Amino acid sequence: MTPQVTTRTRSSAVAASSTRRRKTDRESIAGRIGAMTVLVVLTIYFLIPIYWLVVSATKSQGDLASTFGFAFSGFHLWANLKALFAAQGGLFGRWALNSLIYAGGGALIGTLISALTGYALAKFAFRGREALFSIILGGVLVPATALALPLFLMFAETGLVNTYWSVLLPSIVNPFGVYLARVFTAAAVPDELIESARLDGAGEFRIFFQVAFRLMTPSLVTVFLFQFVSIWNNFFLPMVMLQSQQLYPITLGLFNWNAEVARYPDLQQSVITGSLVSIVPLIIIFLALQRFWRTGLAAGSLK
Amino acid sequence: MTSQTQSGTGGAFARTRLAKRGKVRLARGTILSFLLPFFVPFALFYVVPIVYAIWQSLLKIQRGAGEFGQATTVFGGFTQYQAVFENGQFWASLGRTLEFGVVQVPVMLFLALVIALLLDSKLVRGKAFFRIAAFLPYAIPGVIAAIMWSFLYHPQLSPVVDILRHIGVNANFLAPDVVLWSIANVSTWLWTGYNMLIIYSALQAIPQEIYEAAKLDGAGAFATALRIKVPIVVPALILTTVFSIIGTLQLYNEPSVLAQIAPSISSTFTPNMLAYSIAAGNNYQQAAAMSVVIAIATFILSFGFMRLTARRALQ
Repeated sequence: MTPQVTTRTRSSAVAASSTRRRKTDRESIAGRIGAMTVLVVLTIYFLIPIYWLVVSATKSQGDLASTFGFAFSGFHLWANLKALFAAQGGLFGRWALNSLIYAGGGALIGTLISALTGYALAKFAFRGREALFSIILGGVLVPATALALPLFLMFAETGLVNTYWSVLLPSIVNPFGVYLARVFTAAAVPDELIESARLDGAGEFRIFFQVAFRLMTPSLVTVFLFQFVSIWNNFFLPMVMLQSQQLYPITLGLFNWNAEVARYPDLQQSVITGSLVSIVPLIIIFLALQRFWRTGLAAGSLK
Repeated sequence: MTSQTQSGTGGAFARTRLAKRGKVRLARGTILSFLLPFFVPFALFYVVPIVYAIWQSLLKIQRGAGEFGQATTVFGGFTQYQAVFENGQFWASLGRTLEFGVVQVPVMLFLALVIALLLDSKLVRGKAFFRIAAFLPYAIPGVIAAIMWSFLYHPQLSPVVDILRHIGVNANFLAPDVVLWSIANVSTWLWTGYNMLIIYSALQAIPQEIYEAAKLDGAGAFATALRIKVPIVVPALILTTVFSIIGTLQLYNEPSVLAQIAPSISSTFTPNMLAYSIAAGNNYQQAAAMSVVIAIATFILSFGFMRLTARRALQ
């Protein structure tokens, strides 16, 4: 393909190239300035609320209203953190721990079962395999919020409402994780390896845990991350399920505090500091594990 | 590498033997023990709730005679659905959400496409930084993002309102006719980077030879982007549109947070908020019917969009 193209252009392009190059040079300088301007403006847009949050978390409650929002004024971050973790008998620490349990536990179990099923769908031949895979893809399109109300009604009848289980159990199911695990397994685990392990007399579970699992690890990190973030960010399900403040995750807890600000104005600074505390772990995970995000999203875009 | 080729030849031998015994002949119990850990919870927490919601939506509460008559649940056919369709608040919330989606989704995806194309071009330095900055909001929970923006919209606390007042603009982000777009801005802020990365990944998968051919044909950067890159990432755009349609119809978190400071956001602002407030009023059957209607509307819109674009692509 390439040689054909080059011969064609050698003859035609050389004559035109000198005038064209001058034009493209000017075009590219203008283009560069234009492109950078657009990106810088949009980047300011993406970062400014986060910048505002950092600035505000360092202010005293009084300065929040009386000073300009984008400018620092005094440094009260430590005092704010102390007030945050002391408010209402240390509820915030409890919420943070709950978020960690829901997101960490849910994503860990969820990733393991996604990996088992994704592996089986990629490597075992059995009847109904494609049908099962289609059902999972259908599951990807079902919005989680649509399930929350009926789940509440079901759990109400079994007495699970207002327990850790009511949030944890539905969170472990992640159809997109199975989809990713299948795609990644097909690419990362060679059939020959499985077959020779079988010849060595290894059982299917041993092959999965000792041979396949190691090869799948990078992609399973991706599955884990996506699930962790989606559970950490979840709001509707806990709101529907939980009445006891002791069981709240951070999102629901801060939402409730924010609703009480009119009655307890001092909570306002705690809502702001709490918001900052709740996003810092995720931002760190994001920056540290960037390449895993990109693999996951790339797999999503390629179908 | 060598060990791999060795196992490869061993594998070829194994394959012929296994083909006779058959991969297919793997014990059913073994296959099930891989599948059930996912499919049991999937059935319980995905499939059963859908069936249960449909069942609930067909029931109605019947009160016995007298003021303190016993309330019993009886089969009601489509009465709940009739009530949903006759509910003016339902149509108002649906209309509001559609108005939101028709504007917000194209604006967000256009921004995502522009950023992805710029990051894929040779015009820009510091690509890694711009990419992370755009993607960062995705790490922030919707509720927290809405809380942050609610301070930036707040008439007394917002530095943005301050700046605008300084240059003589009296902005009220919470006014009844503006607040829908203030919510749209929060969604756009949250999801542009995520969609951008999906489109960007699709751009990165385009083989370099195509660009070389285009360059030799004298196509500039802009023409290359418009005539080559955009058509190739159309599938990614369709995917992101479908996900955005699904997300828009589920709108709940952002308006609920902003409702705490904006009286113009009622508790029935979006279909999901309405369904929740009906459930909170203990009318579970009607809430179930509304959830089913929202889910069906979501499927119709997202599949409708896919069919429409598929037909376009064929022409």
